[in-house]
Amino acid sequence: MTTIAIPNAVLPRTTRTSGEPVPLLTDADRKGLTKKEVAADHPTWCPGCGDFSVLALYFKLIERRKIWHEKITTVAGIGCSSRFPYFVQAHGAHYIHGRALPFASGVSLSRPDLHVFVFGGDGDAFSIGGNHFNHTARKNIKMTYVVMDNFVYGLTKKQTSPTSPIGFKSKTDIWGAVDQPINPLKQAIAAGATFVARTTHTNANHVLQMMEAAMDHDGFSFIECLSECIEFFPAAFDASNPRKGGKFDLIGPEHDVTDEMAAYKLADEPFPGKFGIFYKNNRPTKNKLEADIITNSRAKVKDLADWQILQKTFDRMK
Amino acid sequence: MSDTASANLTAPGGPPKLTKISEAVIRIAGNSQDGIQAIGGFLARLAGRSEQEVMTFMTIPSTISGGPSIFQVRVGSGEVLSSGDEADMLLAFYQHSYEDHISSLKIGGIVLYDSDHVEPKPEWQETYRHVGVQISGLTVEAIGGTGRDKGKNIYALGLLAKIYDLNVPKLTKLIEERFTGKDASVVANALTCFNAGYSNSLENLLKTYQFYPAEAKARPQIVMNGNEALAFGLIAAGVRFGAGYPITPWSDIMELLRRELPKYGGEFIQCEDELAAVSMAIGASYAGRVAVTGSSGPGISLKTEAIGWAVMAEIPLVVVDVQRGGPSTGMPTSIEQSDLNIACFGGHGDSPRVVIAPANVEECFHAAIEAVNIARKYSTPVLLLTDQGIATRIEAFDEPDLKAVCQDISPDLTAVQDHKPYDLNTTDGITRHLAPGTRVASGKYPVVTGLEHDELGHPTGSPTLHVKMNAKRRNKLRALSWELPVPKTYGPDEGQILLVGWGSAQGPLREAVDRARAVGDAVSCLHLRHLNPLPNDLEKVFRGFHHIFVVELNDENLYGFGQLAAILRGRYCDPRIRSITKTDGLTWKVKEILDRSRTLAQAIKSGEA
Repeated sequence: MTTIAIPNAVLPRTTRTSGEPVPLLTDADRKGLTKKEVAADHPTWCPGCGDFSVLALYFKLIERRKIWHEKITTVAGIGCSSRFPYFVQAHGAHYIHGRALPFASGVSLSRPDLHVFVFGGDGDAFSIGGNHFNHTARKNIKMTYVVMDNFVYGLTKKQTSPTSPIGFKSKTDIWGAVDQPINPLKQAIAAGATFVARTTHTNANHVLQMMEAAMDHDGFSFIECLSECIEFFPAAFDASNPRKGGKFDLIGPEHDVTDEMAAYKLADEPFPGKFGIFYKNNRPTKNKLEADIITNSRAKVKDLADWQILQKTFDRMK
Repeated sequence: MSDTASANLTAPGGPPKLTKISEAVIRIAGNSQDGIQAIGGFLARLAGRSEQEVMTFMTIPSTISGGPSIFQVRVGSGEVLSSGDEADMLLAFYQHSYEDHISSLKIGGIVLYDSDHVEPKPEWQETYRHVGVQISGLTVEAIGGTGRDKGKNIYALGLLAKIYDLNVPKLTKLIEERFTGKDASVVANALTCFNAGYSNSLENLLKTYQFYPAEAKARPQIVMNGNEALAFGLIAAGVRFGAGYPITPWSDIMELLRRELPKYGGEFIQCEDELAAVSMAIGASYAGRVAVTGSSGPGISLKTEAIGWAVMAEIPLVVVDVQRGGPSTGMPTSIEQSDLNIACFGGHGDSPRVVIAPANVEECFHAAIEAVNIARKYSTPVLLLTDQGIATRIEAFDEPDLKAVCQDISPDLTAVQDHKPYDLNTTDGITRHLAPGTRVASGKYPVVTGLEHDELGHPTGSPTLHVKMNAKRRNKLRALSWELPVPKTYGPDEGQILLVGWGSAQGPLREAVDRARAVGDAVSCLHLRHLNPLPNDLEKVFRGFHHIFVVELNDENLYGFGQLAAILRGRYCDPRIRSITKTDGLTWKVKEILDRSRTLAQAIKSGEA
């Protein structure tokens, strides 16, 4: 008989330390959080970075929707924008490059009580993590994914990114980028994302509007948020900013958000393109489908303790 | 079975004589789609129900369908430690099965062959007793001629039942259970085949055999393979989330968990790749309940970056590695123990983690529970190393007391006043995480991260903190090493040679000790289940022996030492630690271990090694 070095009996049910008991607090007793209460570290971003607006609007979303600290989990991979979780006073994880989505999927699928938000950049989403973007979208795992797209690698100081336009001069393409860039919206629609929206950091109200709609969507909600890299690709998005002489065109009411072909066509418009919700459908989430499998399986073993279910299986293996 | 008749190997006629035996090694050789695993499975489960010891061994071709395949089963009334060096009986379905495996038979052993497909060689008839039966033709005849010989495995099972006087009612019941749920005609056909085989007069057989009754066991026996035992161990340990990607031979575990976990309210997710699988499991672990991922071969290489993150962020996690032949795609269906280095050291940077390797199928079940508990207690990834041999072999073992071992590890989300996960001033030095969803009254929330961090998980470039946090991650595993039991030698704790092994080497090593001791050689063996950290005080065990030979299935590498041998030499600086390694993709034969250790001891004595 095997001796087990560490018996469960010595372990608490959780890995946390026990401390002084903390009084229960009902939602009714709690006031909404202020910006001060949700802000953590001061961001490491360069002054003028577009990511500041996204962060400020995330705080605003939390305030406005009265989400409690502990009910949100902020997940990111690697990149300038992926420093996000350190700046938010809430449970969060700063994971490895490109894999924020599967990490967040693990949280989302095992903890239906949490709002899972993932923040990242274009390299994380469409280059090193491209495969995960497609599969998380097609599986429709419930979470909100905000890609702060700046068309350049910022943290490593100006290399070509998967969304850099052809001709963009970077340290890895000194003569100008030559590779066809990815169109994040087309990619998301083709992969089967059930909520696809586009916004830009220069229009605060619109960012917040998109975030709220994304949060309320039951499924994988994806927002491409143009977020200017002031240091390595300044003025990249001026054509979309009315204050810089560009135009910010909203998707018109005539667009049917459930029409996949129309959404794809709209997503194909040349820069600056349109802003708003391109596509939305209510396909069941992976979370729901897995929960249904559990419900059906549990129906056959109801009233049994876990060890009794296992005992039944073992009885057939004698 | 120790029958060494070498002369007259053809039957003189008349009814065969009954001989009592204590064990038998039966090798079944055919093609992979012939259902030869099914014959082995029936024999193994019958042994379990008869309280006999049993161990099996199989080879599977890595082709999609078909190809030569064998299943060897060793059944004994006493202790069975390995699947057996030499077979007493070879059941050969084809000419290639006959020719390729006849050498695995003992001199005087029986070759039972399908005379519709095998042309026996005259030169072998002197050495082995040949019993030819038209297995294919008689099977077709028995079921009533569709011209197909599906069912010949069950016919052959009938023959074996006759030869070994097996318990027919129990076998019939097993056959009925196996085919329950299928068309009634399937069960009827199987029983017809079995009975036809059982009633064959086997005219060329000299003897039939009967096992001595086995000693009654205290607990009922349960029969399964290592992959199954490991997966059920995880369920018993309370794991309710897993993620994986298909790869041989790990896939069986993920298929089983995918099928079974929903009954317990859990889920297992098939991911787009290995990177997603390990990341999803880490995400779920972070969310409050130890999760599992696993793989084999190249899949483990792909997971290493994420495992490094879990070490840095100190997230509990169980990673199963069902080792196979490497490097690269290697030998997907062959046994090897060449992942010890990647398990202990895989990844960039200093990333201490826990590595456990069960020795047999029964240990797979208990080691899975142990892995979960160590992961939780020390907030660390634990690699659970099995191998293709343990994963696919079937053993009967004492049914665990499930009520006692099943545990609840659901997270506790009770609010806390304040919390620093990476607190440097705790008494035990171990990180404790809060599951998301836990309210922290102070309003200061922790972040888990792969960057070097301060006590709350926020990034730091401080050299002092990097030194302190490195020490924290290392020292908690040192603390674990003191909790690990010091393994005991099998055989006396003093002698000439100490054979040290890990994983599936345990059975053959113990049998080697038994055989060496039987002829007066002072050989003992030591099995290490905890490989990282190692238990303490091994040097005291080593002191009792002249030679310490580490026996493992991997290459001796550039400097002449296998992977465990190199680790032990690094740890103990003991030049007596030597290596016995091989990479032929097969399990150790007892004879190989004995021959190699004698040769090595001789060579050392004569100054040649």
